[in-house]
Amino acid sequence: MPEIDTSTSLTPLHPAIESYIPLGRSGLLPALHAAQKVYGWLSEEVAAEIARTFHVPLADVHGVIEFYSLFYNEPIGKRIIRVCTDPACALKDADGLLNHFCSHHGLEPGQTTRDRTLTIEASPCLGLCELAPAALVNDEAETNINLQTDSYDLGRPPSMVYGPIRLLTFNCGDGTTSLAKYGEYAALQKARGMKREDVINEIKASGLVGRGGAAFPTGVKWEGAFKAEGNPKYVVCNADESEPGTFKDRILLLDDPHRTIEGMCIAAYAIGANKGYIYLRGEYPYILPVLENALREARGAGYLNEDFDIEIRLGAGAYICGEETALFESIEGKRGFPRVKPPFPTTHGLFGKPTVINNVETLCNVPLIVSKGAAEYRKIGTEKSPGPKLFCVSGDVAKPGLYEIPFGVTLRELLDMAGGVANKRKLQAVLFGGAAGAFATLDHLDVKMTFEDLRAAGLPLGSGVVMVFDETRDMRDVLKRLGHFFAHESCGKCYPCQMGTQRQKEILDRIAAGKMLEGDLERLQDVGWTMTDASLCGLGQTAASAVLSAIKLWPELFKEEGGRVKDEERGEKKEVRGKKIVAKAKAVKAKVKTQNAKKRTTKTVKSKTPSKKTKSDKSKPGSKKKTARKPAKKR
Amino acid sequence: MAENITLTIDGKQVSVEAGTTLLKAAEQIGVEIPTICFHEATTANALCRICVVEVEGQRLLQPACILKAGADMKVRTRSEKVVRARRTILEMLASTMDLSDAPEILTMMDEYGANADRFPQAERRESEVKDDNPMYIRDYSKCLLCWRCVQVCAEDAQYTYAINFEGRGYETQIGTFFDRPIPETTCVLCGQCVGVCPTGALKPKREYLLEQGVSPAEISVMNTGRKRRAADKRG
Ligand SMILES: Cc1cc2nc3c(=O)[nH]c(=O)nc-3n(C[C@H](O)[C@H](O)[C@H](O)COP(=O)(O)O)c2cc1C
Ligand code: SF4
Ligand code: SF4
Ligand code: FES
Ligand code: FES
Repeated sequence: MPEIDTSTSLTPLHPAIESYIPLGRSGLLPALHAAQKVYGWLSEEVAAEIARTFHVPLADVHGVIEFYSLFYNEPIGKRIIRVCTDPACALKDADGLLNHFCSHHGLEPGQTTRDRTLTIEASPCLGLCELAPAALVNDEAETNINLQTDSYDLGRPPSMVYGPIRLLTFNCGDGTTSLAKYGEYAALQKARGMKREDVINEIKASGLVGRGGAAFPTGVKWEGAFKAEGNPKYVVCNADESEPGTFKDRILLLDDPHRTIEGMCIAAYAIGANKGYIYLRGEYPYILPVLENALREARGAGYLNEDFDIEIRLGAGAYICGEETALFESIEGKRGFPRVKPPFPTTHGLFGKPTVINNVETLCNVPLIVSKGAAEYRKIGTEKSPGPKLFCVSGDVAKPGLYEIPFGVTLRELLDMAGGVANKRKLQAVLFGGAAGAFATLDHLDVKMTFEDLRAAGLPLGSGVVMVFDETRDMRDVLKRLGHFFAHESCGKCYPCQMGTQRQKEILDRIAAGKMLEGDLERLQDVGWTMTDASLCGLGQTAASAVLSAIKLWPELFKEEGGRVKDEERGEKKEVRGKKIVAKAKAVKAKVKTQNAKKRTTKTVKSKTPSKKTKSDKSKPGSKKKTARKPAKKR
Repeated sequence: MAENITLTIDGKQVSVEAGTTLLKAAEQIGVEIPTICFHEATTANALCRICVVEVEGQRLLQPACILKAGADMKVRTRSEKVVRARRTILEMLASTMDLSDAPEILTMMDEYGANADRFPQAERRESEVKDDNPMYIRDYSKCLLCWRCVQVCAEDAQYTYAINFEGRGYETQIGTFFDRPIPETTCVLCGQCVGVCPTGALKPKREYLLEQGVSPAEISVMNTGRKRRAADKRG
């Protein structure tokens, strides 16, 4: 064994990770999270000690740290500000916000002040889109940031919930609903009085299909896992919600955690599972205590017990871990590489065992169906798309927020509910279904939002994203951001997506900068079609979806002579997302790479001018978050 | 168990044992499907997607190296969609990495009419040669991320776990724990990784030195003289 530099004391490590040791390799992510809480980052010594403790090969531990954006193998600031630069926030000048923060501290995005008090990063969508522009400051959400008025909300993000029906969101909009207020798990009790098959049949009869994006019939999934050979069986709640524009699960979990937990309990009873997991995205750390408390309450009331209990797992910054098999890998303590399917999760899921994995919103429908009965439930919505549906409305609308409506409402009606396009402007486009979705225009306003009508219109329902762009918006810029998102989030396993997302990004960058090359449109299409047709998982298969829809809708955007857009204004700021800035530098000029491995995360700025240093020093002690980086106040 | 399955590949009927992949089924009737990541000695991950084929009734192209033949399947191995995907994958590879040591891929590029300069201004994956042990060099500019070396170093053969992945997406690279030089890892210099590497990314040291113009005599001195080359480029 090589010698290890033990400049870091390992003493506080063990108490922090001890409780995860019995989990074996599956405890790796929790242990890395815990270690990072102690040290702020993951040094070579700490990583080696974790590897030793969990009997995981060193190279594997390194591989895991490298995969997840929220793990750092280089020191970062005590405070870390992650500013979302994805489309909904970009409409609210997220770039300006990021630049403002950065210049105030003399940093570039992705850098850390020399005194290690502060790191500023650009971030993919934080699931706070209706409260844009948004940032995550350590574990807290900072929303509705307004530099002009120097105001913002810090802490629990407010829940803006609307809509003509309030079934799934009955308890949402007024803080966390305690168990006392939620009441007993009546649907679970009802289910437990039924035969397992009958519960499954009820779900099948309800016509419920998954709300996580793939729209697979939930009852059929449950039946598969119920019938599958193998023990134990698992129920997994997919709370990774990372599709840009999506925030519904955040509100459901924060405001009404018991509905999801009850849904999981019913699923567990139906398929005969005795272990459940909630995989919560790493950018929702503020939901963690809420969920933990709800689980405690549910245990106290006996709903969770030795027959069925639930563990929470926190992701660490990887959109791909919302893909079900990548999510399993992540729970198992690995890099989030999607698996080849078949076999499917119902027979070979988590730890290779029969598993039901459902989205939060899907699970929230379950208690409703069981208590009402399928027939009654089907009275909501349409014949082929029964039930209530949540839409995440963001962007240029007067009232962004979460809208619960019955399937069958038209896009126009939904937008009217949301107060129409903001600032009396006209509608240009709606990004429908998320980054992996497609664009709708004025022509689609009267499309009924049901699975069948949307499919006919070529619009994927996806995760219920309705992101609105007014007539003044530059759609090339939107596309560029989507391109950056997918390039940042591709896991890198399969060739079409690993290279295709990168090439797509490069071309979209050129198009946005008005520097299109001859043949770029054909390149973009070939790359897009290849990713769509040949990628291994849903990420690559949909990474060109919005772009290809834009090519159809607005061919003029992809012409060389097409409008140049304020080039320097949006300044090719380099890829600025967290680690990526360095990751890219690495790919381009890996030659400069020294043998010092600590290269992939944020760089520490060697303060160039003393004045900058003073600035960042100022931000350190006591100074409240607000003054720390709001020069508006100081200037 | 050896139940037979009949399917059609490019219009030709073929009967194969249940469990046979489309790749092997096609081979039986002389239909060649290109592969990159597939290797008999490693677990198939179906990640390069160069072997994709069109299966009637399926929206997406399917990887022939792992998809099992199904009764009455109708498979097209050279449809327009297939050729477009293969050509584009090859063109993207050429714009990403150094293919000079990958003659099979260069041949494929000819076959599919792939243009090596299709993607101008593309960011390439480049890195310097890692020459840190007496057995082999690592030139990740030539790595096409087939995963085989990682696999044979782990459960597919050696259970050594000296190498794994760094980064993700386009920036993925094969690497050691915190980029330690090979002698400081668990590597036992078994050379299995070098054996399965389809490009010149992993190369026996001797071969590399010869290419660099070092004479065989000089090499033998080096090899006998010391365990590790002092003149490590890494410093
Ligand atoms: C790249 C990618 C990301 C995904 N992200 C999520 C997610 O964040 N939440 C989710 O519920 N499903 C997500 N999915 C879909 C899941 O793979 C899976 O279909 C879903 O969790 C099943 O639950 P459902 O049937 O209740 O929708 C994603 C799929 C892909 C391909
Ligand atoms: S499609 Fe993209 S995310 Fe999915 S396996 Fe391939 S590289 Fe990974
Ligand atoms: S080094 Fe060689 S064997 Fe390893 S992934 Fe790269 S190309 Fe494949
Ligand atoms: S939080 Fe910024 S786009 Fe979602
Ligand atoms: S050979 Fe089939 S996917 Fe690589």
